[in-house]
Amino acid sequence: MEFRDTVAEAAFRSSLRAWFRSNRSNGEAWDLNVPADVVAARAWSRSLHDAGYAGLTWPVEYGGRGLDPTYQAIFYDEMAADRAPIHVGVIGLNMAGPTIIAWGTAEQKHRFLAPLLAAEEIWCQGFSEPGSGSDLAGATTRAVLDGDHWVINGQKVWSSHAHIADWCILLVRTDTTVPKHEGLTFLLVDMHSAGIEVRPLRQLTGEPEFNEIFFTDVRIPRESMLGRPGDGWNVAMTTLMHERGTLGFLFAAELQSNLSRLVEFVAVPAADGSTPAADPTVRAEVAREWVAVQALKFTNYRSLSRLLETGIPGPESSISKIAWAESNQRMTTLATRLQGMAGGLSGESAPWNGFWQQQQLRSRGNSIEGGTSEILRNIVAERVLNLPRAR
Amino acid sequence: MDFTLSEEQELLRKSAAEFLAKRAPIERSIPLIDGGGAAGWDPDIWREIAALGWLDDELDLLDQAVLVEECGAVLLPAPLFSTFVATPPGVESLLRQHGAVRERRLTLAWAEKGRGFGLTDALSAGLTVVTDATITGGKTLVVDAAKVSGFVIVAHDHDGPQMVYVDASDVRVYPHSTLDGSRPLADIELVAASALPLIPSADVAGVVAIMEQRACALAAAEALGVGRSALDLGLTHARERTQFGKPIGAYQAVSHRLVDAYAELELARSLTYWAVHCLQAVDDDRATACAAAKVAATAAAVHTCEVTIQITGGLGMTWDHTAHRLYKRAMALQSYLAGERRLYQDIADAVLPRGV
Repeated sequence: MEFRDTVAEAAFRSSLRAWFRSNRSNGEAWDLNVPADVVAARAWSRSLHDAGYAGLTWPVEYGGRGLDPTYQAIFYDEMAADRAPIHVGVIGLNMAGPTIIAWGTAEQKHRFLAPLLAAEEIWCQGFSEPGSGSDLAGATTRAVLDGDHWVINGQKVWSSHAHIADWCILLVRTDTTVPKHEGLTFLLVDMHSAGIEVRPLRQLTGEPEFNEIFFTDVRIPRESMLGRPGDGWNVAMTTLMHERGTLGFLFAAELQSNLSRLVEFVAVPAADGSTPAADPTVRAEVAREWVAVQALKFTNYRSLSRLLETGIPGPESSISKIAWAESNQRMTTLATRLQGMAGGLSGESAPWNGFWQQQQLRSRGNSIEGGTSEILRNIVAERVLNLPRAR
Repeated sequence: MDFTLSEEQELLRKSAAEFLAKRAPIERSIPLIDGGGAAGWDPDIWREIAALGWLDDELDLLDQAVLVEECGAVLLPAPLFSTFVATPPGVESLLRQHGAVRERRLTLAWAEKGRGFGLTDALSAGLTVVTDATITGGKTLVVDAAKVSGFVIVAHDHDGPQMVYVDASDVRVYPHSTLDGSRPLADIELVAASALPLIPSADVAGVVAIMEQRACALAAAEALGVGRSALDLGLTHARERTQFGKPIGAYQAVSHRLVDAYAELELARSLTYWAVHCLQAVDDDRATACAAAKVAATAAAVHTCEVTIQITGGLGMTWDHTAHRLYKRAMALQSYLAGERRLYQDIADAVLPRGV
């Protein structure tokens, strides 16, 4: 067992650290979920790409660096330490991209992967519908073959970044005569196609972060799909594996950033004159969160070995996601509560411009998005602990 | 970076598990533990443990952690954990001059009434005094005192703190009724007992700090074994027990509790490996890493035992069921040396400035 960097890993880490230092845009990292300034976000992402920091583990022939997942973990580590903004194409990098790599034709890989890495094209995900969220296979958005085109009708919901996306990984029903898991197809849809309407949904934070997408007779080329008709469920499973696996490192990094902000926050006198860091109960709670952050970090590192073996994150990665969600919820709630009544303010009149209360409200979604904690517990129960199926 | 056990370590773990399953499964230890008697364990096993190489100087901390985890899983009553904890680093050759050290069974004695029970609390002067190579006084809450061949004692002389070795024949042991019968607590009395100084007085504080960190890491490792056994009991029951026509593990209220226990143990395992690494690498983070591992792993073990008692229902509430034994060991580990309150305080002091 070796926790220290190899010589190559250490070299990578130190040059990355130096790069962040000399290339950081000023100001705070954009909220992971709501790029306030898309142009700036794309420019930053472009610079990450040009420096070779996008697609670290992707095959070299598609613009990646072919490195093992340890380097991705190191990248997120340093990103967290620097509180640097993430690449705006987070859905592309962690969901669409890996799925295209696993299932795409050579042509599709050549067409899509490089622009994704360079943030020239941004991706969104069209999975959930009003009638099917956790029960993903219940999708009813329909695609019917008409000559050389699929014609799509239906509705997707909770689609983050759809309002800025160029492409969409879309799960549709193409066969209503077979059992539901067998009648799905995975399409790659140009978001600028005629018939697509994106309606932002306002979240309880006040921000429009996710969206409804309405499809009305949208025509896309027949070959714009991954796998064959009927493969949709299996392809989507690849997406979900990556969503829960590689995103785990990103979550741990975000959590580390939030922890370092929390440490700063409690050291400063609050609006009522008290200093939280002097309060033993607050100190114990912060210590608890520090422990949780380290546990998550090293659990992700341990899961690297399985990633290295199989290339696919295992069901144990569900634990990371559950733990991250709860940790982030506790941490942001603590910081909000420490403000006392002033925690009810938002915007400029609030401590830290309302950062913590915004994060706290948003954190309620952490245990819902990317697999609800309930579903993830079912997955661990069935696939890791060999307990009988709940449903 | 590589976060897996090496092949040798996996082999050690596997062979230890096999040896213990054959030679000291928990069912065989229970009558010894409950029988009270002089020993509460099977002394014959010690020779076999030594023959397996478990007491060799070549074993590093990670090897010891692997071993105590497996021993914890079966609540082995033999004083292996105590011996690992009590052996100060670097004094093996000194100890070897005194008796058959390959067979040495040791325990650390440091606590006295009226001051904190942490190892570093023992650095402040107590009532146990070393004068002219003898020691007089007493210690409380000594683990496995009736099972050992010698004691490593933290005391004082006119120079300051001392760490001495005292042969068991020179020590009076007063056992206490202990909840975890597999690891009984006792008071010891020393009356002008022959005391061998182990390290210079100026070094004692530093060595004690290292020993406390090591003890926390080993306690964390042992707790993982205890938790694992408790989880297995709960899982087996959840798969086999049926009610309302289904195995109860199919109900989410049951399965989700088991998942959370499993998750807590897995997260703690990561911290434990990190803590051991920090100690072996003399990393700057070692004190906080060991505190984090100890607080997390022991809490995980306690919670897992509570979940298992809940899942097994009335059965889990009986003396005959194994769960309560694992639970009592888990709780003993949780309070061993330093509990949650002190550990979180120490971690906070390391990571959090006190502010304006």
